[in-house]
Amino acid sequence: MSFEFNGKTYETDDDGYLVNLDDWNKDVAAYIAEQEGVEMTDAHWEVVNFLRNYYQEYSIAPAIKILIKEMKKMFGPEKGNSAYLYNLYPAGPALQACKIAGLPKPTGCV
Amino acid sequence: MADDLNTPLLDELEKGPWPSFVKDIKSLAGKKEMAKDLLRQLEKSYEDKRGYWKHGGLVGVMGYGGGVIGRYSALPDEFPGVSHFHTLRVNQPSGWFYTTEALREITKIWDEHGSGLTNMHGSTGDLVLLGTRTEELEPTFRALTEKGWDLGGSGSDLRTPSCCVGPARCENACFDTLAINYNLTHQYQDELHRPMFNYKYKIKISGCPNDCTAAIARSDMGIIGIWKDDIQVDAKAMAEYVDSGMDIQGLVVENCPTGCIGMDGKEINIDNSNCVKCMHCINVLPKALSPGKERGAAITLGAKAPIVEGALFGSVIIPFMKIEEPFEEMHDLIERIWEFWDEHGTSRERIGEFIERVSLATFLEGIGEKPLPQMIKAPRDNPYVFYEEYFAEEGEGGK
Repeated sequence: MSFEFNGKTYETDDDGYLVNLDDWNKDVAAYIAEQEGVEMTDAHWEVVNFLRNYYQEYSIAPAIKILIKEMKKMFGPEKGNSAYLYNLYPAGPALQACKIAGLPKPTGCV
Repeated sequence: MADDLNTPLLDELEKGPWPSFVKDIKSLAGKKEMAKDLLRQLEKSYEDKRGYWKHGGLVGVMGYGGGVIGRYSALPDEFPGVSHFHTLRVNQPSGWFYTTEALREITKIWDEHGSGLTNMHGSTGDLVLLGTRTEELEPTFRALTEKGWDLGGSGSDLRTPSCCVGPARCENACFDTLAINYNLTHQYQDELHRPMFNYKYKIKISGCPNDCTAAIARSDMGIIGIWKDDIQVDAKAMAEYVDSGMDIQGLVVENCPTGCIGMDGKEINIDNSNCVKCMHCINVLPKALSPGKERGAAITLGAKAPIVEGALFGSVIIPFMKIEEPFEEMHDLIERIWEFWDEHGTSRERIGEFIERVSLATFLEGIGEKPLPQMIKAPRDNPYVFYEEYFAEEGEGGK
């Protein structure tokens, strides 16, 4: 599968996750978010940027537990909790935020 | 009837006097293509001796990470009716009490949005709605919540707490199982709906050591009713049992696991200091014997089925706790356990495995509890009876 945006074709998997990590930029992220019905605010970008940095360092998307813990460390307990993250990404921080961050679809039985 | 099914192997399962899931599903096959394809796919599974479900796939409803279990057919072209066949777990009422009105509500919603098939109840305790499509998830969820229902837990979260009927119908209940179940469910909504644990965490609540929710074998955390003082004896009722000619020596005295019961004429003598609270005498002589007056619960940790690591029974972590509103002592304990497990546990590590790995001593220190004689070094690890031939088969074929 693939989609077109700003005259460029983006290759995705069956669920709409970008295949090439390097295809990602802020504009295409905002476009994917729009398709997901998510309006990106600074708070949304914080999460997406964290996910991308984490992925670049460890080549894997963080488990939700680690995401929460790291968010807590960086931004305090009012942001380091699951209710906050689900509020930003109602379809789930793992599924939706990873998609917008241009990471592969998280696997596992959640 | 669904004559076009052609499922000779499944039809075998309709024979005999016992209930049959094939019969159940066929009763819906007339109006649901989903039910038909479910049977056809299963028939093929029986023919080919393999399953045709694809496991997993992340599906859910907005705002929740749990409650929906994704199921897809591996043969969607052959069996389009079950190309999606997701399961929804609906949070059951405490003790599984329903009005007929509530049951009608649920079946009506499920008839409209899903296969119509239910499983009451799954071993998690939830009311399970079997089989629907991804696009039906949100409408189903909306219909359920409009009527005051909610989804249960799934994945690495707090699973829907579940309890026995307790004092609502049972004289042996040592505390109000329904009240604490309701309280914990509400107290931990976030943990229930948004998976963020290392792995699942099940809480089961039984009012007495008969343990009707099987908490000792099936819950990461079991809350099991128990008493501290002596078994209460009604001497008059006891004498009536003796007068009735009942074989008390054979049925009760000789079956006491610690041999702490003796008969003196029509009088029963129980050496309570040696009683292990097995409930046998109370179960056999319900009119004469009942649990003591100083009642509470023992808390066990660590039971699990043999996934990832082997099976474990729960073992005692708190020998006795009063279970009373507003249940703050319990909240405090649960949160200390979660905090330590969350900090030091690894992914997909159940609390029982975690305790085994770090040792009970370390765990106790981590949650701030003192070692007690009621704790044991290692819990029993095999709640099942395995037959030799099963072992042989496993060794040959592998999985």
